[in-house]
Amino acid sequence: MSALRVERLSKEFGGVRAIDDLSWQLHPGTIHSIIGPNGAGKTTLLNLLTGVYVPSAGRIVFDERDLTGAPPHEFAAAGIGRTFQNLQIFFNMTALENVMTGRHLRERCGLLAALLHAPRLARAEHECRERALQLLRFLGIEGYARIGAAAMPYGALKRLEIARALAGEPSMLLLDEPAAGLNPTEAQEIDALIKRLAAMGTTVVLVEHNMRLVMGVSDHILVLDYGRRLSEGTAEEIRADPRVIEAYLGAADPLEAGHA
Amino acid sequence: MDSQWTQFLAGGLTAGSVYALVALGYSIIFNASRVINFAQGEFVMIGGMSAVSLVATGVPMPIAVAGAVVIASIVGLLLEKLAVERAPRADVVTLIIITIGASIFLRGLAQLVWDKAIHPLPPFSGDRPIAVLGATIVPQSLWVLGAMVVIVAALSWFFGRTLLGKAMLATSHNRLAAQLVGIDVAKVLFASFGLAAALGAIAGVLIAPITFTSYDVGVMLGLKGFAAAILGGLGSFAGAIVGGLVLGLLESLSAGYVSSAYKDVVAFLIMLVVLFFRPRGILGALQSVRV
Amino acid sequence: MFASRRQDATNPWWASSRTGGIALLALVIALAPLAISNNYFYDVAIIVGLNAIVCVGLNLLIGYAGQISLGHAGFVGLGAYGSALLASRYGWPPLAALVAATAGVALLAFVVGRPILRLHGHYLAMATLGLGIIVSIVISTEDGLTGGPDGMPVPPLALFGLVVQGERTWYWVVGGCLLLAVWLAQNLIESPIGRALRALHTSEIAAEVAGIDSARHKLMVFVVSAVFAAVAGGLTAFYAGFITPAKASFLHSIELVTMVVFGGMASTFGAVVGAAILTVLPQVLTLLKDYEMVVFGALMMLTMIFLPLGVVPTLAGYWRRGAR
Repeated sequence: MSALRVERLSKEFGGVRAIDDLSWQLHPGTIHSIIGPNGAGKTTLLNLLTGVYVPSAGRIVFDERDLTGAPPHEFAAAGIGRTFQNLQIFFNMTALENVMTGRHLRERCGLLAALLHAPRLARAEHECRERALQLLRFLGIEGYARIGAAAMPYGALKRLEIARALAGEPSMLLLDEPAAGLNPTEAQEIDALIKRLAAMGTTVVLVEHNMRLVMGVSDHILVLDYGRRLSEGTAEEIRADPRVIEAYLGAADPLEAGHA
Repeated sequence: MDSQWTQFLAGGLTAGSVYALVALGYSIIFNASRVINFAQGEFVMIGGMSAVSLVATGVPMPIAVAGAVVIASIVGLLLEKLAVERAPRADVVTLIIITIGASIFLRGLAQLVWDKAIHPLPPFSGDRPIAVLGATIVPQSLWVLGAMVVIVAALSWFFGRTLLGKAMLATSHNRLAAQLVGIDVAKVLFASFGLAAALGAIAGVLIAPITFTSYDVGVMLGLKGFAAAILGGLGSFAGAIVGGLVLGLLESLSAGYVSSAYKDVVAFLIMLVVLFFRPRGILGALQSVRV
Repeated sequence: MFASRRQDATNPWWASSRTGGIALLALVIALAPLAISNNYFYDVAIIVGLNAIVCVGLNLLIGYAGQISLGHAGFVGLGAYGSALLASRYGWPPLAALVAATAGVALLAFVVGRPILRLHGHYLAMATLGLGIIVSIVISTEDGLTGGPDGMPVPPLALFGLVVQGERTWYWVVGGCLLLAVWLAQNLIESPIGRALRALHTSEIAAEVAGIDSARHKLMVFVVSAVFAAVAGGLTAFYAGFITPAKASFLHSIELVTMVVFGGMASTFGAVVGAAILTVLPQVLTLLKDYEMVVFGALMMLTMIFLPLGVVPTLAGYWRRGAR
């Protein structure tokens, strides 16, 4: 049984086919990467998988639930979490509040209870705060808990987005360029983090350009080009695939990062 | 029954032409800056009232009209320089309130400069009604329609053939790209306010002989002109014309055949319907959001 | 969409703490009568309070959720006329009339809210504007029902058999209602729903992806703000004993938005301060008679240009900087 199944998925933007007839399957608890040259449709695919874009054709099935055409919050409710390539942090809140917001799904709160500040709510808020602090600790940024997110450094913000996504207890986590803008040490920490998450049972899907990270971490790689599947397989298979090499470099040189 | 229909048609086209000119003003400024200038209606008022004052001092009508347009344009340019330009990084809410504040300010100023009374303006060429296709219209209506046609032609020439016009058009399509090719976007914005004010003033002068003018005539005209702009497609010049005429016709026909008490509601109902079902209006461009 | 710089993640304790701020407000309300000598000032205070109730609700919509309404006076008017009609024409007990009118407005806001809140920015502003104007035109035109532009009389409010009359009594009623409104609003802001609203103000996409149903939340806060407006409208009708369509006018909608923005968005107490200043100001300005509009308009422009964050957050900023 696969966690995620994508059937003949297509997405058009006024004549441009960003994703073209893509079929793909993911198995739970594994780490997948999506790579491809710029403009290949990687972020579009992530947006489709989180309901931000509605497919022009095809189906998206997650845990046997057909989510095609559902709004993003329904994808989230089904257990899919995500981070963004361009940080979408809630800058008008503290780090702690950002993560607490991520737990929205897990903390049911009615309008009346909110307006009247029901005691049940106060207890739920306390628990929510504790869980959020735990997550900040897990990501190593608990020092920023009460700091406004606008004052945090870039590396910390990237971790904050991950903490926020994890707060929803997703069974599948989509990371859009988690290592972008990070130095090699920080990228290695992301590498370790992703492996820990997978070990805990979360399916992780990564979109990345950092080949060292991709090759080191992935169980399975999907290569996109012009919105279509170019190749699929393990890191070794992809490294050796001539079509992939050609799409990326155009020449016969092997992918450098593969020789880590 | 036939003559009634043409009567409503004539009235609708006349009012519609005024709405079209006001709508053009909104679209021009929106294109240059994404700002909805709530003070647009006040330019109409200033045009009409200034003409009244100038005529009262004995100035011949053509000079009065030109003078009124110049006065309104100056007010428009001042508004841009002193208010809008001072808040370059303001967000939607702030800008809306600034222009609303400007409209209240201008109305208050008009109250002081003139008064609260209703003033007629002498028609351009007499007021002996003419019979056209079963409808009775005043010659002023023909002036309104004729002026609209001339203005549309003049604007087409302006946007198509002059450097400033082409710069304004370019800015409306893509502000950043226009800046990158060396267009002074700030100057375009400045000129836009002047042009929008001029168009509003022309509308005000044209309609004043028919509906008279007063210090607060700009409120409803401004709002209806905006409804017309939305109907035709905010930012589209052709849309402003189409929207204005269609709105005028629908308003007139519904006042005639449905309910005259609720005439004013028509414009806003249409605006709501458009916003709910087709926000880009009749001729507006589809906006896509990139994430 | 709206600049997130408007919101400050680290408010000083007295501006955002539920208990601190409410206690301060209660103190002000309790002590003000010591400074007020005659009925005129009580009247102004009552109007301030009623406007503040609307503004507290409107601030939830504009300041926290980042939406906008240029037609909120329509809800005020409907609450006022609904209560008035049920109480005078149909002989309902005034309190029941108020509750029923408010429920009716809530229902209208619910029905109209869904399609309207799909819009953003200018389009949302104009749609709410159009709605508010339609309401005010209908109120003015149906003069058989509403007395038209001249208005209609309203029977006095009676609570548990006691008639509520006189400026002093109404002062306490309105003051109590304002405290309640502020308490409810603060509770909402500090709840998960409040966080959800602040989230979707900054990044609707990220909020959705985190599981927040943005359409539902926007609708919720829209209805809540409409309810606040309707209650204030009903109370206004009963207090004044008379209402005119001016309460539902476009101009009043603009005044309300200006109060919220002037006082400081994303600040409940800012909304109260804004309501206070901009209610009292025209009273002062009527001394200037003909210059009232010019001054008010100029003030609106100048405030938005030089104090875009609003009075309370700007002053709070000076305070914080001075304290260092």
